Amino acid sequence: MAVKVLIPTPLQKFTNEQATIDCSGTTIAELIESLEQAYPGIKSRICDNEGNPRRFLNLYVNSEDIRFLEGIDTGLSNGDEVSIVPAVAGG
Amino acid sequence: MTLQSLVSFASNTTSHGSTCKSLKCRECGAEYELKALHVCELCFGPLEVNYDYDQLRCTVTRDSIEAGPKSIWRYRPFLPVVGHEVIDLGTGMTPLVKSCRLARRLGLKNLYIKNDAVNMPTLSFKDRVVSVALTRARELGFSTVSCASTGNLANSTAAIAAHAGLDCCVFIPADLESGKVMGTLIYGPTVMAVEGNYDQVNRLCSEVANTHGWGFVNINLRPYYSEGSKTLGYEVIEQLGWQLPDHIVAPLASGSLFTKIYKGFREFTEAGLVEPKTVRFSGAQADGCSPIAQAYREGRDFVTPVKPNTIAKSIAIGNPADGIYALEIARKTNGAIESVTDLEIIDGIKLLAETEGIFTETAGGTTVAVLKKLIESGRIDPDETTVVYITGNGLKTQEAVQGYVGEPLTIEPKLASFERALERARTLERLEWQPVMI
Repeated sequence: MAVKVLIPTPLQKFTNEQATIDCSGTTIAELIESLEQAYPGIKSRICDNEGNPRRFLNLYVNSEDIRFLEGIDTGLSNGDEVSIVPAVAGG
Repeated sequence: MTLQSLVSFASNTTSHGSTCKSLKCRECGAEYELKALHVCELCFGPLEVNYDYDQLRCTVTRDSIEAGPKSIWRYRPFLPVVGHEVIDLGTGMTPLVKSCRLARRLGLKNLYIKNDAVNMPTLSFKDRVVSVALTRARELGFSTVSCASTGNLANSTAAIAAHAGLDCCVFIPADLESGKVMGTLIYGPTVMAVEGNYDQVNRLCSEVANTHGWGFVNINLRPYYSEGSKTLGYEVIEQLGWQLPDHIVAPLASGSLFTKIYKGFREFTEAGLVEPKTVRFSGAQADGCSPIAQAYREGRDFVTPVKPNTIAKSIAIGNPADGIYALEIARKTNGAIESVTDLEIIDGIKLLAETEGIFTETAGGTTVAVLKKLIESGRIDPDETTVVYITGNGLKTQEAVQGYVGEPLTIEPKLASFERALERARTLERLEWQPVMI
């Protein structure tokens, strides 16, 4: 599945400073593996040692937090937009 | 990363008499230059400003603080700015009111109200954080500032940017209270009303921040912005006669305010400005958005996001960035985190208004209602010196209490009409009290 991925500034050094990239995967977990293939080293920044997204990092599929979906098993369809966003303060 | 970021931060430190040394990751301890960065590039943990506490101990005294301006800038050595010019609109040094009638109603002997409903210039505690963030934004060379806001932050960013001559673009949820929208538009910023909740606004802003070189006060300026809340801790110490309280109750949205009051208390203790004491920290949330209270109740050390559904929009953050730190502080200080219903929030607003003459918004109503709940369940001792933080003004969220505060009595301009209406009002008042008297 071809999806668009929005990359936060701290990870753009892995993506040649690109804020948006095209990638593929049928689930979030697969997408992260594809990202690692294309941009070696990025997975260890996104995920902790157990392979789960780091606790200060939020992942969204079409604006929905994956924690309200199926987590890293959330399915992806052609044309989906995946956003990787560090936690921010409120108010 | 990081080699570039890590080098030479030491040279930034004290050239302008500033005591801030670096940004430091709260999780892994990695250090960075004092730039527009908010998360650690290694682990995405939040970055915090790191100060030279030895220098603070040597140079700051109670007298030097008391001789400073009557604003948050009297605490300037503890704030993350390095230049000479600060943005000072008289923000801070709001009243610490010794409560009589509310205290008596609730059964407390030493209750104080920190009243940021009258903070300047936009009547919420956000003026503290924004004054610091925009001072730092100017130092870092930003000409446009921005924020994602539940209302108060938008008011404050727009007003203080106008004063400082900075371009401003703010993002708010489209369903915000009209007072908060008007209280932003009046300052002339670009306002983006996003069709979604605050968490969605925040996500969008993070994406915008990736592509636009703006200073987002709660994103890339967050380490500086959040430090402004420490002044709510410093002021309480100073206004209590250089003493710490026993217990504080504050609203919880992202959790940032709560953790920074804690940091403020700790810093003044470390700087020798106040005698050490354990202060209990209790937090307040609305049932309709209580991810931190739920985690507290369930004994979890992680916070599961929720979708907000409450009238307390200013604290309706379903995915609180500093939630885990707020949890940790409440637990280690033997405090509590509680939540209340929307009706209890309205009662809290009315109770504070009717007993103390302070009209707060929904966040303040939440805090008062939680204060009441904690007292009723024996979790606040009547003898404790307790400070309740009121962080915003009720004139901005009038919709919340509409229909709960009665109507004016419309009369003809005649004495007889007045007497009839007064008699009717007194009868209604008696009827209202009857069930209580029985």
